[in-house]
Amino acid sequence: MKAAEFEYFRPTTLDEACGLLADTGDDADRCLLAGGQTLVPMMAMRLARPTHLIDINRITELQGIRDLGGSVEIGAGTRQRAVEKDPITRRKLPLLAAALPHVGHHQTRNRGTVGGSIVLGDASAEIPLVALILNATLIIHRRDGRRETMADGFFEGPMMTALEPGDILTTIRFPVWDGTTGSAFHEVAPRKGDYALVSAGAQVALDANGTCIRAAIGVGGCAPTPLRLQAVEDALVGQRLTDALITQAIAPVPDLIDPESSVHASAAYRRRAAPQLVQRALLDALSEARP
Amino acid sequence: MPDDRPAASNYRYISQPRRTKEDKRFITGRGAFVQDVQLAHTKHIALVASPYPRANILSIDTSAALAMDGVLDVITGAELTEHTDRLYHGVDLPNVRWHPLAVDMTRYAGEWVAAVIADSRYIAEDAAELVAVEYEPLDAAIGIERVMEPDAPLVHPDHGSNILLKKKFVWGAVDDDFAAAEHTISYRARWGRSSAVPIETFGVITRWSEKDEVLEVWASIQMPQYQEQIADALRIPLNAVRVHNYIDVGGSYGVKRGIKQTVLSGYAARKLGCPVRLIEDRIDNMSGGDAHGPDRLFDVTLAYNGDGLIRSMKMRVVDDVGAYPGRSIQQLGKPISALCGPYRMSSIEYDVTSVTSNKTSQVAVRGFGQAPTNFALETGVEKIARRLGLDRTEIRRRNFIRHDEFPWKIPSGTAYDSGDYHTVLDKAMRFAGWDALIAQRDAARAEGRLVGLGIATCLEPGGGNNIFEHLLNEKIQITTFVESALLKIDGQGQVTVAISTHTAGQGHQTLAATVAGEELERDPDGIRVVHLDSLEALPTRGPVASRMAIMLGSAVSKAARRLRNRMIHIAAHDLAVADTEVEYADGEFTVRGDPARKRSWLEIVFIAHRQLHRMPPDTEPGLQTIEVHAVPGGGKLPNEKGEVQIYPCFSFQAHIPLVEIDRVTGQVEILDYAVAHDCGTVINPKIVRGMMMGGIGHGIGAALYEKFDYTEDGQLLSGTFLDYLLPSAHEIPDIRDTEHCTPSPLTSHGQKGSGEGGYLGAPAALASAVNDALEPLDISLTELPMRLADIEAALHTHANPVPETAP
Amino acid sequence: MIATIDIEFTVNGKPVRISVPPRMTLVDCLRDMLGLTGSHIGCEHGVCGACSVMLDRVPIRSCLMFAVQADGAAVTTVEGLEGPDGKLSPLQEAFWDCHAMQCGYCTPGMLVAAQGLLDENPTPTSAEIREAISSNLCRCTGYQQIVEAIQLAAQRMNEGVDHA
Repeated sequence: MKAAEFEYFRPTTLDEACGLLADTGDDADRCLLAGGQTLVPMMAMRLARPTHLIDINRITELQGIRDLGGSVEIGAGTRQRAVEKDPITRRKLPLLAAALPHVGHHQTRNRGTVGGSIVLGDASAEIPLVALILNATLIIHRRDGRRETMADGFFEGPMMTALEPGDILTTIRFPVWDGTTGSAFHEVAPRKGDYALVSAGAQVALDANGTCIRAAIGVGGCAPTPLRLQAVEDALVGQRLTDALITQAIAPVPDLIDPESSVHASAAYRRRAAPQLVQRALLDALSEARP
Repeated sequence: MPDDRPAASNYRYISQPRRTKEDKRFITGRGAFVQDVQLAHTKHIALVASPYPRANILSIDTSAALAMDGVLDVITGAELTEHTDRLYHGVDLPNVRWHPLAVDMTRYAGEWVAAVIADSRYIAEDAAELVAVEYEPLDAAIGIERVMEPDAPLVHPDHGSNILLKKKFVWGAVDDDFAAAEHTISYRARWGRSSAVPIETFGVITRWSEKDEVLEVWASIQMPQYQEQIADALRIPLNAVRVHNYIDVGGSYGVKRGIKQTVLSGYAARKLGCPVRLIEDRIDNMSGGDAHGPDRLFDVTLAYNGDGLIRSMKMRVVDDVGAYPGRSIQQLGKPISALCGPYRMSSIEYDVTSVTSNKTSQVAVRGFGQAPTNFALETGVEKIARRLGLDRTEIRRRNFIRHDEFPWKIPSGTAYDSGDYHTVLDKAMRFAGWDALIAQRDAARAEGRLVGLGIATCLEPGGGNNIFEHLLNEKIQITTFVESALLKIDGQGQVTVAISTHTAGQGHQTLAATVAGEELERDPDGIRVVHLDSLEALPTRGPVASRMAIMLGSAVSKAARRLRNRMIHIAAHDLAVADTEVEYADGEFTVRGDPARKRSWLEIVFIAHRQLHRMPPDTEPGLQTIEVHAVPGGGKLPNEKGEVQIYPCFSFQAHIPLVEIDRVTGQVEILDYAVAHDCGTVINPKIVRGMMMGGIGHGIGAALYEKFDYTEDGQLLSGTFLDYLLPSAHEIPDIRDTEHCTPSPLTSHGQKGSGEGGYLGAPAALASAVNDALEPLDISLTELPMRLADIEAALHTHANPVPETAP
Repeated sequence: MIATIDIEFTVNGKPVRISVPPRMTLVDCLRDMLGLTGSHIGCEHGVCGACSVMLDRVPIRSCLMFAVQADGAAVTTVEGLEGPDGKLSPLQEAFWDCHAMQCGYCTPGMLVAAQGLLDENPTPTSAEIREAISSNLCRCTGYQQIVEAIQLAAQRMNEGVDHA
C-alpha cells in the first residue's frame, strides 16, 4: 500500500501556494496536502494519485485562532486538536467544541486540520456539519484574488464542494452567538472515532422569557452532503420549546433527508435514527441554554 | 488485579507475579519481527489480485511490468504450478487444487493472480498496476445455504459440488434419549465471518543458500507442520528448509498459516538467487491472505426434562470455508472434544457439512471452531431456561458435571481431566455481585432502559492431541503431537532451555524459564531460553490449541527434574552416599542429617563437565537432556463406537457482562464485565490474565463489531481497518477478574491451557446479555455479530410489526 | 523516476541528513533508511496506530506523513523513550510490570500514545487513558493491562518514585 510517485512542493507563503496551484501549463494533477489524514491513505490505496503534491503545512498565514468578538476566525491549516484545546473554542464556539472530540482520535486530530476536513466535504464528517449549521464564512484565496462564501451552498455533492481548481480555503469565520444559547452534538458511529453513521448538531438561543429566538440544526450522514434542517428550525423559532413541540418539530426529518445505505447502516436505519439524534441534540442544547 | 487470588502457592517462581522475559525487548523497540529482518539485496513482492470473485483468467500480459526499471520478474500461477506442487488441505480433496497464485480461474475477489518482484515494494506496486489480466467474470457462489443448492455456481468445477465434507457422528443412544425426554427445543444460531486479525500482517522472507542448499525462512508464522508443507510444495527435502524460529510474531491467534506466501516467496528466491520478501499489506492480508475465520450455521435440537436437565443434543453445522479450505475444515473437528461443554449429556449427534464458496479462504482462529460451538450451545441453554422459567444460573448448575465426578467421559469419548464448575460459577457470581447487578438491571428496566445481564460459561480444551483429524479423514492416523525441550547446564553453571517453535506473544520464554527455575531452584531471570531453528529443532507441534503450558511446561519440567536428579547422583557419588541420602536445595547438595557434607552447584557442574574421574560410572559427561513429551491420554485411534480421547486438559470460565442497549441507535454499551477463570495452576499470572483479557476483547469484537461483509455478488466490503471493526479501548471496558485453581492431574504442575478461554466465553456471554436486555420486548437474537444496526432493526421490527395482509 | 529530496531532521535527538523519494512515508524512512525498526507498520491507512511516533513532541501516525514533511522537525520513536544511559522510562517500567503487551507489535505505538497523554495530562483518569489510546489498536491484551500500566506510571511519576 504505497503511494504512486508525485512531485513535492512546499511553499511557505500563501501567494507561493496559489501560484503553484494555479500553474496549469500541463496535465498535472495538483493537490494540496494539509493534515493528510484522509488524503494520504487515499494515496496509499492509490485511490488518489496527484502528480504534484503541494504541502501547505508550513504556511503560517493558514494557522491560528483569532477571537474577533462577534466571530472567531480559524486558519484553515490549524490542527483540529489545537482548536479543540483552545479556550476560545470552548467559550465562543461550543458546538464546534462539542463536535471535535468525535473527529477521529487524538493522533489524527494532532495532524488533521479544520480546513482540510471542510474542503473534503464528507457528508459524515463533523467539522463540515458544524460549519454548515453555523453557516460559517469561508475565505478562499486563489492567484488572482480572494473571495468569501458561505458554508450554506458550499457543499454541493458527495465529497464535492464549491471550490474551483486553484482555490485554497484559507480561513473559516464562525459566527458567535450572543445571549442565552445552548448547543449540543450527538452522533452514532460504529466505534467512537469512526465516521458517523448519523450525526446531529443543534444550537439554540433563547430570549429572557425562554422563547427560542434562533435555532440552527443539521445532520450528517443523511444525504450526499451535510444537511441543514431549515424546516425544523422554522418550527422552533418564536416558540417556547417544550418536549412536545420538539417532538412535533422533528417529525418531518425523515422526509427532509436522503440517506444512502452503507456496510454499517442502511438508509432506513439512518432515516430512523436521524430525528431521534436531532431530538437528543435539541434537548441537550435546550438544557444547556436553560441553566 | 484480581482481589481473591488463590492462597499463595508453595511454588517459588510458578504462580508468582513476576515480570516476563519477553517484554523488555518490546518496550524498547527491539523486538525481532519479520519486517525488521534486513538482508542485503532483498527484493520485494507486490501482488496482483483478482477484482472478481469468480472469473476465468483468459490471459496475463506481464510485458509492461517487466519493462519497468527495478522489476526483476513477474510470476504467474501457470509458471508456479509447473515448478511447485499443490498445497495441502486438511481432508482429502483430490479435485480441489490450491496453489499460491490462481491458475486459469479466480475463486474470490482478492485472490492473488500474479506476483511482481522488484527492488522495492514501491516499485513492485507500480509494476503490479501494469500487469494486464484479461478476465471472463462468472457468477459467484455466495451465501452459506445458496452454495449448497444444486444450481449454485461451482467453486471447484472438478470437484463437482460445493460440499467439501459431510459427515454425521452419533455417540450414545440419541434416539432413545430424545424419546425419553419430556421436551425438545430447536433453534438456529449463526456465527458470522469474523477472524483473528493480528495487528501485524503475515510476512515472510526467504533466501536460497547455494552454499548449504537450504531454503532459509524468516516468517511471521503460527502453523503446525509449516516446514513440512513448504518442503513438499517446493519439492525439496524437509532438511533443506530452515525456519528461523527466533522471529517474534506480531500476534496470530491461529491465523498465521503462511503456506502459500512462503511457497511463492521461496520459489522466487531460488529462481532469482536473492532474498525475496513478501510482507502483506493490510489489503493483501484481509482479502487475499490467511484472514477469515469460521462462518457457521447451526441448527440445534436439545432434548431436556422439565427440571432443565439436558439429556441429548443434535447439532447440525454448516461451515463456509471459502475458496480453498486448507486446514480449516478441521475446525469442525476440534469441538468434538467438548461438544457438550461443561454439561452432563448422555448422547450427542453431530452432523457437519463443510462448504466452499467464492469468499476468501478460512483459516484457523483461536479455539479452532470452539467459540462458535460454545455460542451455539449456550444459546440453547438460555432458551431452555427462558422456556421453563428457570434461572439461567440454576439451569447451568443442574447440568454441570460435579467436581467429584472427574474424570468425566463425554459421549464422544473424551474424558475431562478435572474441574469445579459449580464453585467457579458461584465465585463468579459473588465476585460480580450478581444480585446487585440484577437489581441494577431491574431498576434500569423500570425506567424503560434496555439493560441486560449476561451469563455464559465455557470449556477450553487444551493440549492439542489432533486425533480429531482422523474423525474427519480416516486416512489421517496421527495420534499424538509432541512438544520438546532441550535443557543444558553449561560449564559455568548457567541454565539454557532450547525450545523448538516460534512465539506469538504467549510468553514461552517466561514459561520455560519459570518451570526450569522452579525445578532447579534457580532464578528464572538467569535462565536463557532460545528458539531453535527448524533444522536444529526437536519434534514439535508448536503453539496451537492452548497447549504450551501443558506440553512445553511438562517437557521442561521433566527435563529439569532429570538434570536435577543427575546432579544429585553425581553429588551422591562424590560424597560416597546413596542418591536418596542427598538433598538438593537452593543450589546446594547436602547429605541428609549431615549439613557439613555438601557440594555446591558449581562443584557438581565442574565435575560433570571436566572431572570424569569424579563422575559416577556410566554417566554421560556434561549436563544436558532432551525431553519429548507426548499428549497425555493420547496415542489411540477411536474405538469401534467412534469414541476417542482428543484433548487432555479442560479449563473453565464463567463470564458475566452487564450491557445497555440504546433504543435509538441499537448501540451496545458494556456497563460491567466480570469473569472467573480456572485453568489449573497458573505459571505466570500476568501472562494468563493478559491472554484471558485479550480473549475477551477478541470475543467482544466477534459478538458486537467484526464481520467480513460481502455483497451478494461476492465483493468483500470489509477489506480495510476502516470497515472491519476491531474494538478499541473505547469498545472494550474495564474487566474485573477473579480466579480459581483446579489443578490438572495430567500435567507437571497442574497447569491447563489459557490462551483461548476468553474468546470462547465472551461471545456467548454478550449474546446472553443482549438477549436479556431485549427480553422484556420478547426479542431474541441468535446471530453474531449483533451489530448496532442489527439490534436497531430488531427493535424497529418489534415496535412496528408488519401488518397482516388482508386475505 | 522522481528525484529524491534532501531533508534534515532530528530523530531521538540525533541530527539526520538523508535524501528521500517524496512518496516515502515517514515510517518507511525510519525503518528502512534509518534502521529504527521499533515503529511498526500495521495498516498503512491510519487506523491501527502501530506506527505512532512523536513529531515535535506530539503523537502522530507516521504512515500518514511523507518523510519529506518531517524536514526540520524533531521525531521521537520508541527507541528514544529510554534515557540516554539506557534507563527505561517510568512508562516503560510500568508496561513491563503490568505485562501491558503480549506479542509486542502494537507496544511501541502504544507507548508513544501513552507518553503523549502523560506529557499533557500527568493525572489521567481511566476514561482519559482509554480516549488517548483508542487511536491504537491492540489485539492481544483487551487493553486492560495497558490501562493499568499507564495508571501505574502516572502514579509513580507523580509520587516521584523510581522503580527501576
